Amino acid sequence: MMTTAPPGRDEDLFAPLLTDDSVAQRRLHARLAAAAAEAGILDVAYRTIDSPVGLLLLAATEKGLVRVAYATEGHDGVLGQLADRVSPRVLSAPARLDPAARELDEYFAGQRLAFDLPLDLQLAHGFRRTVLSHLPEIGYGRTATYAAIAAAAGSPGAVRAVGTACAKNPLPVVVPCHRVVRRDGGIGQYVGGSAAKQVLLDLEALTVS
Amino acid sequence: MTREPFEAIVAEYGPMVLRVCRAVLGPADADDAWSETFLSAMQAYPDLRADSNIEAWLVTVAHRKAIDQWRGRTRRAIPMADLPDPAVSSSDAGVPGAQESELWDALKMLPPKQRQSVAYHFLGGLPYADVAAVLGGTADAARRAAADGVAALRKNPLVRMQQGDPR
Repeated sequence: MMTTAPPGRDEDLFAPLLTDDSVAQRRLHARLAAAAAEAGILDVAYRTIDSPVGLLLLAATEKGLVRVAYATEGHDGVLGQLADRVSPRVLSAPARLDPAARELDEYFAGQRLAFDLPLDLQLAHGFRRTVLSHLPEIGYGRTATYAAIAAAAGSPGAVRAVGTACAKNPLPVVVPCHRVVRRDGGIGQYVGGSAAKQVLLDLEALTVS
Repeated sequence: MTREPFEAIVAEYGPMVLRVCRAVLGPADADDAWSETFLSAMQAYPDLRADSNIEAWLVTVAHRKAIDQWRGRTRRAIPMADLPDPAVSSSDAGVPGAQESELWDALKMLPPKQRQSVAYHFLGGLPYADVAAVLGGTADAARRAAADGVAALRKNPLVRMQQGDPR
């Protein structure tokens, strides 16, 4: 059998049309994102931003910011989870994330001490959600122990569960689980890795001093 | 139910749907058809059956949007709406991409059934059975319409010029 195609195959006639037009794709994608938002079917909009702790994925529903993810979490996997748990109508659509991106940029520049963003906590349930609701009580530049947060959440014995809630925080950086540290002075684990946690704590300490 | 983010569908099939829209409607009207196709598809996406053939589904949606556009044109009664737009072909002549524009123009001259069959099979990549499911009729009829379309394109001076007749 010859593997080369005979000359003049019908398919060859259309070869000039089979190249991808990436300029048109970008234009059409932006138009789709805007139209979907207007039609109320942009259930999850996302974008990425560069930061001192690496590339961060930001995702928002119509209610608010629903997910911040470190690169180490695997952004494709996170988008897949959002499709599963929130809605498969997930689109790269930066406009909705503009306020979050701006506030995070200000935070990383040491110019913002608290976030003022609508949050959608639908990815956290029960005790984990209770824990997250107490984290903003830890002021900028300060830390609290897992045990103190467990007590604040009304379950002083649930120190481990606080650790789990922090590890599964869907909104790291914005909901400051990085301010929860070990009683022995160790900084403890972090969803973005302990190096990222140290960067955030150092940034806040430097800004405060 | 596990379903890919819609973003992945746009990334994977966006270029194919654009080719199909350009082939069926011409490059000038393709953007609108593409946008309406993906907006409708995104609307329906959560309810799509897990074992659906995404390619054929998208071509079906694009097919309906193209028909809507034709009807819209007829209602608006734009004169000579189905003739190739001379502005497009002349302004593109001699620049990179001119080959493409002449092929799009030649496609526009085909009768709808041939144009659709050619577009869905050769540019959309659908097997003739799926083309038939979109157009109605049998796979053989779709294959014949596409073959007639290809034969007509080969006879079209616009296409013969750009193919440069190798022998």
